[in-house]
Amino acid sequence: MRKAFMPLLIVVAVLLAYAPVMIAQGAFEQSMGLVSKIMYFHAPSGMVMLVSAIVCGVASALYLWRKNPAMDRLAMASAELTVLFGVLVIGTGPLWAKKAWGIWWDWEPRLTMTVVGWLIAVSYLFVRKYAGPGSDKLGAALAVFGTANVPFIYLSVNIWRTLHPKTTVVPTLPPGMRGPFWFCALTLFLLYLVLLTARIHLERQQNALDELYLALED
Amino acid sequence: MRGLLIALCSAVLTAAPALAQQPPTGQSEFVPMKNLPPSEQIPAATLLVAGYSFIWVAVAFYVWTIWRRLNKVEAEMRSLAQKTPQR
Amino acid sequence: MFVRTALLVLRKDVAIELKSREILYTTLLFALSCVLIFSIAFVKQGEPLEDAAAGILWIAIEFAGTLALGRTFERERYAETLRALLLAPSSRAAIYVGKVLGILALLAVVEVLLVPLVALLFHAPLFSAPLLLVGLLATGTVGFGAVGALFAAMLVRARSRDVMLPILLYPITIPVMIAGVRGTAALLQDPPDAATVTMWIAILAAFDVVFVTLSLWTFEPVMTE
Repeated sequence: MRKAFMPLLIVVAVLLAYAPVMIAQGAFEQSMGLVSKIMYFHAPSGMVMLVSAIVCGVASALYLWRKNPAMDRLAMASAELTVLFGVLVIGTGPLWAKKAWGIWWDWEPRLTMTVVGWLIAVSYLFVRKYAGPGSDKLGAALAVFGTANVPFIYLSVNIWRTLHPKTTVVPTLPPGMRGPFWFCALTLFLLYLVLLTARIHLERQQNALDELYLALED
Repeated sequence: MRGLLIALCSAVLTAAPALAQQPPTGQSEFVPMKNLPPSEQIPAATLLVAGYSFIWVAVAFYVWTIWRRLNKVEAEMRSLAQKTPQR
Repeated sequence: MFVRTALLVLRKDVAIELKSREILYTTLLFALSCVLIFSIAFVKQGEPLEDAAAGILWIAIEFAGTLALGRTFERERYAETLRALLLAPSSRAAIYVGKVLGILALLAVVEVLLVPLVALLFHAPLFSAPLLLVGLLATGTVGFGAVGALFAAMLVRARSRDVMLPILLYPITIPVMIAGVRGTAALLQDPPDAATVTMWIAILAAFDVVFVTLSLWTFEPVMTE
């Protein structure tokens, strides 16, 4: 992925620049109007957050059982991106909710579970930073538990009748909205890959620095 | 593998009665904005612009933190590389 | 062999605890103070807020449980007995199960004190459906105890372990807490909403299966150097 970084970065920048154009051209949604255009970024951010959480969990599980340091770096980077995309989802959701439901926030299952998943990712970062020796294994175990949370987040809207739109909305979008939606989804996913690559590079450099310090002491 | 299968089956079986029931306090679908009194409405354009600026600011902030940390690490590596040949 | 090892670990913990009863008494007193503070803090027109009973019961269990977990494993760390346990030629999972059983026994005693206390202070009809209440408390405590024992054991060698345990534990046990509180709230209705309570017990049982399985899997790789 390192070699593809610069071209990927350029592609993402172009996509991000074009996104507002696509969104402006998207079909006007009858019941919600202008504010529903937040959905083009809100829902894909949520999808990327869940993907990131799963990547973190799987990488952590692999690290726990195979002790592969590359997996540890991937888990760390993915956890930070889970926090970032979680902030994006939880930040943009209320802006839409204020119009749609009349309230900024509600403790309904999906929102609650998303906050819980986000909190787990944040506590992962705390553990990695402050728990001292053995924090990599600790964080990995935490991430494995956090990933068990993800299916609950996704399925909660289908199981319980709640305020939040169901998962059936995305596959059944009207044609005018499908183009911009999947364009934004692709953009955000590529953004995720770009940021992941950058973060893993940082982690690799930090590990190399640590090893240099250790070698210096010998 | 067998343990995994048993665990999965147990989870599904124990969750089945839960999934079969709806909690009695079902909540309605969203209320279209037209049904709210106009005085309580924030203009949609404000919310939309706020949403996009928020996303851009958040992503830019994160990219900046990576850039800053990377600079710090590379500066330390350079200073270490300078020290080692002198030993 | 597995069950024997787990029960041996449980017997060891109970024997040590019965000698001084330090953790038991301190946890009980903490739970008592917790509920008293809540009953003073959540007042409406001079009377304790009755609707808060479900939440306060589970918060008190969670806080007291965190304290008990911290103290139990601090004792293990101080005497370096955890390393001795891990060196023993027995299944790591059995040791983990033994520790969980010990924590569950302790929390059961705490709950025996807490439930009548909350029922008294908040005028809550907690005993209207005792079997359902026991089901809720059992499944909820197992979920909390399983994850708690895992993280407390992992943190034995970590830095700032006292503050790390809540940071790690509380986000993961939020679903258990939500289910427990909602189930208890449904139980406290007049008449108790048995269908809803049973649903929440089923959800808690599902959580328990997931958490215990994950904990059993991760205990081994995490406790090895």
